[in-house]
Parts: sequence; C-alpha cells; structure tokens
Amino acid sequence: MFRYILRRLAWSIPTLLLVTFLVYLALRIGTDPVQSYRRVNPRASRAKIQQYIDVNGLDPNFVKGYFTWLKNFLTGEWPPSIKGRREVWPALKDAMANTLRLGSAATVVGIVIGLFAGVLAALRPGGRRDVFINTSAFVGISVPPFISAILLQLLFAVYWQKWFGASLFPTSGVYPAGHTGFDLFLMLKFMALPTLVVAIQIIATYSRYMRSSLLDVLNSDYMRTARSKGISERRVLIKHGMRNALIPVVTIAALDVGSIVGGLIITENIFSYPGMGLYFLKSFGEGDFPLLMPWMVVIVASVLFFNLIADISYAWLDPRIRLE
Amino acid sequence: MAFRRFVSHKAAVGSCFVIATLALFVVLAPFTARYGVNQSVQAPPNSFLSPRGNAWLGTDDIGRDLYSRLIYGVRVSLLIGLASALISVTLGALIGAIAGFRGGKFDDIMMRVTDLFLAFPFLVTLLVVRNVLGALPWMKPITGEMNSVRFIIVLFGIFGWMGVARIVRGQVLSLKEREFVEAARAVGASRRYIIARHLLPNSVGPIMVALTFSVVGAIISESTLAFFGYGPQAGDGATSLGILVGQAKGAVQTGFWWLAVFPCLALIVIALSINFIGDALRDATDPRLDRGA
Amino acid sequence: MSEKILEIRNLHVTFETPSGPLEAVRGVDLDVSAGELLGVVGESGSGKSVTFLATMGLLPTRAKVTGSVLLAGEQLIGASPKQLRSVRGRLLSMIFQDPLSALNPVHRIGNQIAEMLQSHQALTNREAQTRAVELLDIVGIPQPTDRSQQFPHEFSGGMRQRVVIAIAIANNPKVLIADEPTTALDVTVQAQILEVIERVQERFGTAVVLITHDLGVIARVADRVNVMYAGRNVEQGTIDSLFDHPSHPYTRGLLASLPRPGMQRLKPITGFPPNMLNPPKGCAFHTRCEYAAEVCKLDLPELQTFGDLQTACVRAKELPRAEVLS
Repeated sequence: MFRYILRRLAWSIPTLLLVTFLVYLALRIGTDPVQSYRRVNPRASRAKIQQYIDVNGLDPNFVKGYFTWLKNFLTGEWPPSIKGRREVWPALKDAMANTLRLGSAATVVGIVIGLFAGVLAALRPGGRRDVFINTSAFVGISVPPFISAILLQLLFAVYWQKWFGASLFPTSGVYPAGHTGFDLFLMLKFMALPTLVVAIQIIATYSRYMRSSLLDVLNSDYMRTARSKGISERRVLIKHGMRNALIPVVTIAALDVGSIVGGLIITENIFSYPGMGLYFLKSFGEGDFPLLMPWMVVIVASVLFFNLIADISYAWLDPRIRLE
Repeated sequence: MAFRRFVSHKAAVGSCFVIATLALFVVLAPFTARYGVNQSVQAPPNSFLSPRGNAWLGTDDIGRDLYSRLIYGVRVSLLIGLASALISVTLGALIGAIAGFRGGKFDDIMMRVTDLFLAFPFLVTLLVVRNVLGALPWMKPITGEMNSVRFIIVLFGIFGWMGVARIVRGQVLSLKEREFVEAARAVGASRRYIIARHLLPNSVGPIMVALTFSVVGAIISESTLAFFGYGPQAGDGATSLGILVGQAKGAVQTGFWWLAVFPCLALIVIALSINFIGDALRDATDPRLDRGA
Repeated sequence: MSEKILEIRNLHVTFETPSGPLEAVRGVDLDVSAGELLGVVGESGSGKSVTFLATMGLLPTRAKVTGSVLLAGEQLIGASPKQLRSVRGRLLSMIFQDPLSALNPVHRIGNQIAEMLQSHQALTNREAQTRAVELLDIVGIPQPTDRSQQFPHEFSGGMRQRVVIAIAIANNPKVLIADEPTTALDVTVQAQILEVIERVQERFGTAVVLITHDLGVIARVADRVNVMYAGRNVEQGTIDSLFDHPSHPYTRGLLASLPRPGMQRLKPITGFPPNMLNPPKGCAFHTRCEYAAEVCKLDLPELQTFGDLQTACVRAKELPRAEVLS
C-alpha cells in the first residue's frame, strides 16, 4: 500500500507537468495574455511589456515560454498580477482558505445527508418515503446551482426583509463590510446560504448513487447468507450491506470532485464569496495570466490528489482490488 | 415491452406532454407571443412593470414583455439543446463504438482524455475551451462569431461527446462478447459491418438516453455561460433562456421578483421534464429488467 | 421411525405480482426426522426452494405465508422476527446454490464464520477464530489457519461451498437445508461437496434436507425422497421404494427420463410445467399425464398411502405397475 502511494505520487509529477503545459497552451491561445496586458495598461512602455513577457514566460515559442514560466514558478518568483500591484500568493492563499472552508462544510453536510437519504430510500423501494426522497433528489439534480442560489437569495434576503423586517441570512461576502477579526457565529451565518446551495447538489447526487448501489447489494446472495445466520437486521445492513454499497459510490465520488468544484465556482460568484471561484472568474475575465496559472496548478493538483484518495479508499473497502 | 414500461412511468408521460406543449408554443412563436422580441408593451414609463393585463409576466428594464421574451428564449435554448446534443451524440457514439470494439491504444488514450476532462471542474474547462475555440482562425468558418448561437452549438457539440462515448463504449464492450457478434465474426463479417449492423443498433437504448441527458446538459450549460456573460449575445434583442436568467441576477437585489422567478421556473420545468423522460427511457431500455417483469 | 424434528403442515406461500397473486406453494405437508437425509426433488418453479425459504423465514415481506412449521416443537410461522433470528443459524441453517455470491466479498473467511458462532454462542473473538479454523478443517479445507485470513475471491467455487457449509454447521444445527448445493459446480467437485455433506450428517447427527432437480444426486445420498410438482407434494417415500416402483405418473416420467446404460434414447416428459399464475384445476399434472382421466381435473388429489409410498394421485391404484428401472 505504502509503495503504491509513493509510486502514484511519483507518477503525478509528469502528469502535473503535462496537464499544466496543456493549460498553459490553452491560456496562451485562449486569453492572449500579452494583449490583455496592453488592454489593462494602455500606457505601458515597450520595456514594461517586454518585462511582463519575460517574467511570465510568454515567449512566442510556447515550449520555451512554458519552461521559463515553470522555472519562475518553482523558484517562487511569482510575477505580480496584471495590474502590477497585487501579490499573487496572498490572494491565492486567502481564496484557498475560504473555498476549503465552504467546500468542506458543504461536502460534509451533503455527503452525510445524501448517503443517509439514499439508505432510507433503498430500505423500502417503492414506498412513500422512497418516492419522496427520489423525487426530491431528481428535482435537486435538475436545478442548476445558480438557479437555486438566485431563488434562495430572493427568498431569504430580499423578501424576508420585506415581510419580517430583517434578512435571515446575508447574501454576500464572508463578513459584513468593515469587520475585522474572527467571529465564528457571524461566519457561519454568512456561509449558510452558499453551503446550502452546494450541499443541495451533493445531497441529490449522492442519495441517488447510494440508493441504487444499496438496492443492488440488498438483492445479493450474501445478504441472504447473512440473514440466515440469525443476526439482527441492523447488523446485516451495516456490516454486510453498507460497506459493499459504498464501493461503487466511492469510485464515482472521485469523478465528482470536478462537478463539486464547478458548483463552488458558480455559487461563490453569486454570493460574492471571496474564494477560488470568484478569484478564477475575475482573473479569467481580465485575462490575468499571472493570477490564472497558479490557480490552475492548484486545481490540477487537487484533482490528482482526490483521485488518489479515491483509489486508496476503494482498495481499502474492496479486498478484491490489488494495488500494484 | 420497453414501450409499456416507459408508459407506466407516470412522471415521464406527463413530462412528454409538457415538452410537447412547450415545443408547440415556441414553434408557433409568431402566434403565441404577444409582442416582438424587442418590442415594448406600452409607451414609457414601461420598465419593471409587475405582472398585469397587457404583460402577463411583467416587463424588463426597458419595457419588453417577459412572457413573449420567454417564448423566444426557450426557442433558442431548445434549438441549442437539440442541435448540440445531436452533434455530441453522433460523435460520442462513433468514438465510443470504435474505442470499445478495437480496444488497445486508441481505447486507452480516448478514455484517459475523457477521464481528464471529466475530472476537471466543468465550468473552467468549458470557459477555457470556449476561448481556445474562438481564437482558432481555422475554426471560424464552422463556428462563426464567438457570441453567436452557432458557436455555442459547435462548442457544446465537441464538448459533450465524452460522456456519450463512455456509455457507448461500455455497452459495446459487453455486446462484443455476446453470441450474435461472435457468430458474425465467425462468418467473416468486416469490422465496419459488425459495428454498423450489430453493435450500434443494439446500443440504441443507451444512446437515446444519452441524447436526452445531452439536451438537458446543453440547455443548462448555455444558461450557465450566459449567466456569467459568456453566452450568445445576438443583436436586436434576441434572447435565450440563459440571457433571461442572467438578468435575474440583477433583479434579486432590486426585488423585481418576476424577472427572477419566471425564467428560473421555465428552466427548472424544462430540465426536470427532460430528465424524467431520460430516466424513464433508461428504465425502459434496460435489458436487465426484461427478465423480471 | 425416529423422532420428527421438522414438521411442515399445509404450507401455502403466495406472492403478489403485477399480474396477480402467484401461489408458489399450495399446501405442502412434509416431515424431517432427526438425523436423516431427505431429498426434495422437482423442476425449477415447483416450489421446493420457496418451501424451505419460508421455513427459514427468509422470503421477502411481500410473500404471504400460511400453515404450520414446527421445528423441534416450536412454531415458526407467525413467530416474531426475534424468535426466528434465534432459530436461524442455531437450530436451522441453510446452504445456497451459488457459492460464488453467497459469501460477502469484503470480509475475511474466518470472520464470516466467527460471526455465525458469536451470534448464538458467547465466545470471545479469539475463541471464535479458533473454532472457525476447526470448522474449516472439518469441511476439508487444507491449511485452515492461513485460509481463514483470506477473502472469498481467493477461493475456488468448490472451496467456497465448503466455507458456506462450515458457516452453516458452525452452531451444530438440528436441520441443515441444502438448496441445490452442487448445481453451480463442476461434476468432480459436486461429488466432493456431497461427501462433505454426508460426513457432516453422520458425524453430528444433523438432519439434512437436500433440495435438487438431479435425481442422480438423490439416488446417491438420500434416505427418503419427496417429489414436488407445481407447489404440491406429489409423492414421498424411502429411496428404495420410490426408485423401485414409483406410483405417481410424474415420478415415473422423471425416472424414465434418466439416462441409463443400454438405453436407445431419452424419454422426456412431454409438455411444459404449468403457469403458476393460473394453475390447472384438479391435479396440476393432468395436462401432461398419459394416464389422465376426467376425475383428475376435478379435485386436488391428497397424499394416500400406497404400498411403501405416499402418493397424491387418485388413479395410482388403477395404473399398471411400473417396470423396475434401477
């Protein structure tokens, strides 16, 4: 197991290089960084532009440019943002922290509720509870996050204020303007709506996965064997059913990290939540190459990381899988 | 058998009616819409009127009838959904069938590429690929301008094949081992013949399911892009569901609820209906269920 | 005859299906004596498995079960789930048809046996593991200590069936139900598994119910036989009397369809098993019976003693005596 992890980590380095090269290419072609720089700084001197090209690795030769960028990135000489004032690392660090907080809150809430709902639905297939959970999940996956975000904002901020005098949950930011220091309660209040939006997606997806996976398991012969031992129904379900049902769910979970991050990006933007999503959409809109590339590296690395985690937990759950 | 199972799915039958009604409404837009797409309902002051007699669903910032604009918008969105789904399903079915049938290197590379794309945050990939596609001069004759409806269709078309390819590949892999394919191979049928005559026809069920889900995917993606200002921006006040939903963003803070609620509801109803149809199709064409009922 | 350990009386099982109620078991009477090996034979769909799943209380809840099942004097039909749980695995246990899917793929073999032990006996984990290794040894698995730490996928089909048997006999049950235990296995392995079952029966005095559609298997190991058709018992008796002079036309048909040396061609029973959603009136076999008369279409025939056999055929006495087949 340990050796497998080491080898996977070693393999992730060339993968990371290859994917960042592709991302570099796509951004060079798609956003034309030099043009963006000229647009944002119309009065920049020729020397300034040349300096921007040099530090960012924007050489006309893509391969040469990529390696210049890579060298600067690895040695920690990250050029400042397109407007020349903002340091990239502090901005990226804050965005990461905020997103990690929102993302993990939503994931924990979503997966716990989702799996639980899926189990409840699978225990009595076709029953009233199953129909209710299944239909809700269906609505959940059919409503894109920006729609639920808008409707929730409309309800909890605008109309709540109209009807009851005060808004229940704030709809933007992490703290009210001018707030300094750490305040857990205030933070949770600000996080409530965005967490709910992302969690709805996760609950809907996972309750469906869990339901169908557990239904397959419940019909299997080894569940009958377990029952024939005369152990309690609860033990049959937890010890024999759950672990087997989780195996396919975990596989799908790895593929799902992308869509969760996608939901986060959309949600953050609507709630002006200063995380990775807001960071991305802003810098992408401005063609801010120095901000975009490190962001991409973080995303690619975390995608690879979660894939590894999923593979490990898959092998841990299912003894038939050999990690070679 | 399959048809009977589909009909027994009540929500799907209802959804078929909803979609058929919507389709009829938007095809007959000249008759069903009350105003032109860019026409004001009355002389100023006419902006942000709440729902009333001459504007059933209210008006927008420059006094246009939301009901009529919804009809035009849904028309564009359904067109985008159908056209791009057709492209992506055709591409995906072909690539998936070849990858599944040939196996080997081609299969490996294809599946690696789709894995990579599917693992990445969808919106990020979509935005980046959109920009790259728009920046390639040799794609111009196919894609048209970057803010045109045609561009969006091509973009979703070449973007959506991956999910379909995975499904068809899985189907082909399991069909490949079946007796009738073995038999065809044994009598010396060519590879192309086997794919065209045996594998694809037997994958019609999953392909139909993929098609319905591609339509929803494209409609939602269009709305998402438009919501963030990267969607089609055809001139002359032309609109789409995404553009209308995008306006809702501003409407939230000001409290013009109808601008947010009706486009959102339209999108939810469409997505839900097509999803129900796809779900019922999947159940109806699932051969595993044939033995049971 | 020795003491009756399992008595089934007038057992009915009905499933609700989309096409209406399906009565899979239609009044079965059946006895198992302590320590005997009873063969239950019938085509698929004859209700033989359902009868014993109902006995175990393992049918899905949508199945309606009526009648009486007495296990060592204890009524199992209508018993509380808790009561049933205390019987299952302790007095009554079951081996299933497909050993490949009967074991949980994610738990070690030793733990799956230990779970059975600990659910009915107060044993520490270590004691249960030691006992599990002994059980693996009893069912003939080499290197039981190492094997108990492995997972099901590391075992062959025959070895897995041995493990399933080890689980079933862990608490030394009074009755062991083996539902087609050899059907999914190679012929050579079949014989080994039958041997293991016989050994268990002799060594622990366990009564065994062997459900199968294979008369060859029955002939090899059973003391008594019970023939089922369309959810009913049609004939029962000792192995010798049934094979020597079967009375029921269905049993005759089954025996005649067995391949024998010197036989020119097989003689199958014509026709198909009845549709259980709408079974024929009267004797269910009359649609395929060469001796059928009008009287057969009227009432369900009851078991009647006829020589050494009990036969559910109203015309059994009138029929020509069957030729001796074996």
